[in-house]
Amino acid sequence: MFTQSLEMVRSKTHGKTRFENFINGKWVAPKKGRYFANHSPINGEQLTEVARSDASDVEAALDAAHAARDAWSRVAPAERAVILNKIADVMQENLERLAITETMDNGKPIRETRAADVPLAIDHFRYFAGAVRTMEGRISQIDDETVAYHFREPLGVVAQIIPWNFPLLMGAWKLAPALAAGNCIVIKPASQTPFSLAVLMDLIADLLPPGVVNMVTGSGAEVGKPLASSPRVAKVGFTGETTTGRLIMQYASENLNPVTLELGGKSPNIFMADVMDQDDAFFDKALEGFALFAFNKGEVCTCPSRALVQESIFDAFMEKAVARVAKIKVGDPLDPETQMGAQASEDQLHKIMGYIDVGKQEGAKCMTGGKRPDLGKEFEQGYFVKPTVFVGDNKMRIFQEEIFGPVLSVTKFKTMEEAIAIGNDTLYGLGAGVWSRDGTTAYRVGREIQAGRVWTNCYHVYPAHAAFGGYKQSGFGRETHIMMLEHYTQTKNLLVSYSPNALGFF
Amino acid sequence: MVPRVVFTPEALDLLRKLKAENGPLMFHQSGGCCDGSAPLCFAQGEFRIGQNDVLLGVVEDVPFYIGGQQYEFFAHTLLTIDVVPGRADSFSLEAMEGVRFITRSRVFTDEEAAELDAQGPPPRGPDAFPGSESA
Repeated sequence: MFTQSLEMVRSKTHGKTRFENFINGKWVAPKKGRYFANHSPINGEQLTEVARSDASDVEAALDAAHAARDAWSRVAPAERAVILNKIADVMQENLERLAITETMDNGKPIRETRAADVPLAIDHFRYFAGAVRTMEGRISQIDDETVAYHFREPLGVVAQIIPWNFPLLMGAWKLAPALAAGNCIVIKPASQTPFSLAVLMDLIADLLPPGVVNMVTGSGAEVGKPLASSPRVAKVGFTGETTTGRLIMQYASENLNPVTLELGGKSPNIFMADVMDQDDAFFDKALEGFALFAFNKGEVCTCPSRALVQESIFDAFMEKAVARVAKIKVGDPLDPETQMGAQASEDQLHKIMGYIDVGKQEGAKCMTGGKRPDLGKEFEQGYFVKPTVFVGDNKMRIFQEEIFGPVLSVTKFKTMEEAIAIGNDTLYGLGAGVWSRDGTTAYRVGREIQAGRVWTNCYHVYPAHAAFGGYKQSGFGRETHIMMLEHYTQTKNLLVSYSPNALGFF
Repeated sequence: MVPRVVFTPEALDLLRKLKAENGPLMFHQSGGCCDGSAPLCFAQGEFRIGQNDVLLGVVEDVPFYIGGQQYEFFAHTLLTIDVVPGRADSFSLEAMEGVRFITRSRVFTDEEAAELDAQGPPPRGPDAFPGSESA
């Protein structure tokens, strides 16, 4: 299945086994002629080679972006919308290819790329195609002779650095609004997962004027740094880890550039006792909600990696919830029956196993999982872990640190107030889940949790037009919403006087 | 003195190699997703150390820091820095070498914890490591 899938993807990208940088509408070799191999976490095999670029390639991309900037900023919103919709259309026509590419490069199950990653990415372009046509400024009449006209203008050329956990979707979340707002872009995919963005560039190459979107591949140190610290970018958008977020802000501050940062999370999933009042569809949904820490093998910034279960139902709830987790099918991500795939890289796997060890050392009780599965010879070189559930205390390291794997830490609470206190006892504030049949309880808890996204009686849904972003150390800025158009434009106030007379100063 | 952070021999080898290629180095233990929850290696002075960053230790002249709020949850564990195959995409210097620094942890024994209490808390801020002021 693996070999055939790779053949299929290659055959549709002109048989390419290597991708250059995408600059000025063309595939351009990196100036120093260096490449790095990109491997699949399913079995360690090589998928493709991509450019190992550096500052000189970043400069070339910025040249192209600046050359395209003026014309692109003058394209009418309706015309930009048509282009964004064409991008969505071509992605839709190639959904299977993009889904397979993403699965092979990241290790996530094909079930998820077909049903979530790719459709959400497509929809994102459609959403911003619509949103851009509603963009307006404001007019204020200051006095009888003075009018303030407010226009939203593009920033110019923006830098975007995206992570490996949802390569295509994170690409869409960044590209769509920046393009809609009239900016030109230099984007760097994560070097673990450059494949799907490269395939996307191949698909949309003819849809955009040259230089409007440019892709430069390489490492954070060799490409990310010159890009984020360039005085030739007007903004940096970054999704990734905390320390790098600080570093990005530092680089951007050298040029007084704005940034938006989406960093990590340790999202609490709160289950009030009333979810067990009945054994119905909703209770079943709540049990799935508990198990959703396994979505994308836990490699999600908003992974519901802490579960807070009300004490009065704890034992009964956990019996069913743990059983639900134990049934999760880990296996070949290309198999549509597989529910959980491979972790994205070898070092990720080591990190996760390290945390499982810390959890045990700290005295947390392992209820299921806690080790690697045996999937047979074919997947020996793959990076698989069993979904793992620990019960412990919120001060433990496994409750406070982002493991970024299929490891859930569960604790109990007595009252709503305690749930809120434990939920908020974290450095992060990206996501949270609240489960209750009582609307008032759900509302009150949701309003008290210090997180940018509080899923209420659901989890892991990411529709466009629902704002997404962090509180506290999870970053700032809101994605997947028209607010992004504000992040990617600046306000021009034309303050116009209709008076012929001097002020009387000089 | 009970150390709070140590390196395996493999990690030391990599450290020395990176030092030879890049000059003086520093580490910051990152929180968060993706390539986080891991030690990131930069050229000395590249990453600005803030008032609350904690200097956990110095290994072969290389300071190892962690964010102040993060430190509170790490205080009871010994960090052992090791190397595994992989590719980080962070701005960490080993990224293109095909390997990755990782942090392994062990809870301190009661004796170690008592000694550490007597030693006092580790220092904080940009002046904690001499020579760490920006050039």
